[in-house]
Amino acid sequence: MPTAPATTTVEDVLAFLAAALGTEVGPDDDYFATGLADSLFALELVTFVEHRFQLTVEAEDLALDNFRTAAHIMAFAQARGGAAAS
Amino acid sequence: MTHAADPAGVPDAAEFALAVRGEAAAWDRSGTLPEQVRKAVARAGLLGIGLPERYGGSGGGPAELGEVCAEIGGVCSALRGLLTVQEMVAAALLRWGTAAQRAQWLPQLARGDRFAAFAATEAGAGTDLAGVQTRIDEDGDHLVVTGRKLWITFGRTAEVFLVLGRTAGRPSAVLVEGDRAGVHRKPVEGQLGMRAAEIAHVDFDTVRVPRDHLVGPPGIGLTHVVGTALDHGRYTVAWGCVGMAEACLDTAADHAVHRLQRGVALAEHQLVRAELARAAVQAGAARELCARAGRLRGQGDPSAVTETVVAKYAAAGAATAVAGAAVQTLGAAGIAPDSLAGRFFRDAKVMELIEGSQFVSELHIGDRLLRRHGYRPAPAERTRTVIQEGPR
Repeated sequence: MPTAPATTTVEDVLAFLAAALGTEVGPDDDYFATGLADSLFALELVTFVEHRFQLTVEAEDLALDNFRTAAHIMAFAQARGGAAAS
Repeated sequence: MTHAADPAGVPDAAEFALAVRGEAAAWDRSGTLPEQVRKAVARAGLLGIGLPERYGGSGGGPAELGEVCAEIGGVCSALRGLLTVQEMVAAALLRWGTAAQRAQWLPQLARGDRFAAFAATEAGAGTDLAGVQTRIDEDGDHLVVTGRKLWITFGRTAEVFLVLGRTAGRPSAVLVEGDRAGVHRKPVEGQLGMRAAEIAHVDFDTVRVPRDHLVGPPGIGLTHVVGTALDHGRYTVAWGCVGMAEACLDTAADHAVHRLQRGVALAEHQLVRAELARAAVQAGAARELCARAGRLRGQGDPSAVTETVVAKYAAAGAATAVAGAAVQTLGAAGIAPDSLAGRFFRDAKVMELIEGSQFVSELHIGDRLLRRHGYRPAPAERTRTVIQEGPR
């Protein structure tokens, strides 16, 4: 697997979400509440988090709170020791 | 056909494909894939191409898995289907299973000690799998599975099923051994294509399994466990379609060169050349799109999910078009009993329906394209509900 960027910021997460969802969201916006997430987005999101933060998302990590907002994603990655979370 | 130098499993697949090439028509005619063939596939090490070596697999990446599926798919779609369903269940377990589940099941799947099937479709839930009604009820240390699954590839012979259902209303996935009391199979015969794929409708009549057969917590059974399986299914089907298209193209081109009409080879006719040219471009484009999806999958790029849909859509369409062109070029030889092109002509239409129909793929590809241009789609209420429930 190629090296991920040295650091991943909340802006990077927001850029991914904007592209995937087709709408701008803020760091604390609950984008699931927009209803724009489809079933394939769920896989894309996990793949993005794993790739950008160089960590493995386990089944027990898939509680919605970990992924509800960009800020929550950053907090999850930092808690899991994600190498590139900043 | 070209592939990277000595990648895991590909030479074995090519050798195996060559060895059984002459038998595939008989399997199709009889509507069965003999047990000795399934066992031979396992002995050849072709069931665990995408699994890490620590689980008994070949440790191959997406490129190797794709080439193996193309090699096998170029001979028999049903045989490629055997690899696909085994890979789908293995991929779901590898990704979302517990360490204990991975240790128990993956080596068995890689060795072919157990053949697997993927049981999701129901009478009221095909494309919209969120509508499954199968129940996976908790009962102490056990789960009780009740429901009817349709069109299960290798459902007649599978020794373990990955079943999609609902636990307390939440989407969940569970492993069910085929010899459990309450598992009943009804063979499907005479369908358009994939006739040797041992397809069956399968009833799960209050089948009890240990609780540790649950794959992932309730809530992620559809979006992640089954989602992962389907993603791998699309990828392997796509490459199988590349093999089908290339085999049909080879057959048609050989025929065009050697078949004489009034002393002139078919290849001398511009209409035949044009037909073959279009087919060659379609087959080549499908291969490149599959290779692109494979590269992105290997890189862990999130766009790989959609690019796999793109690859499968293109490859299934190419297989259908090229098989049609081959039958047209071959004439009577194309519609004769046991014609490879004729068989793939039937099989290819199935490829346009399974693992996401062409219509559904178009909707998804178009949706992702338009989102990049600022289109805001209508809320996907059902999916949102599934995701928001989450695991517990």
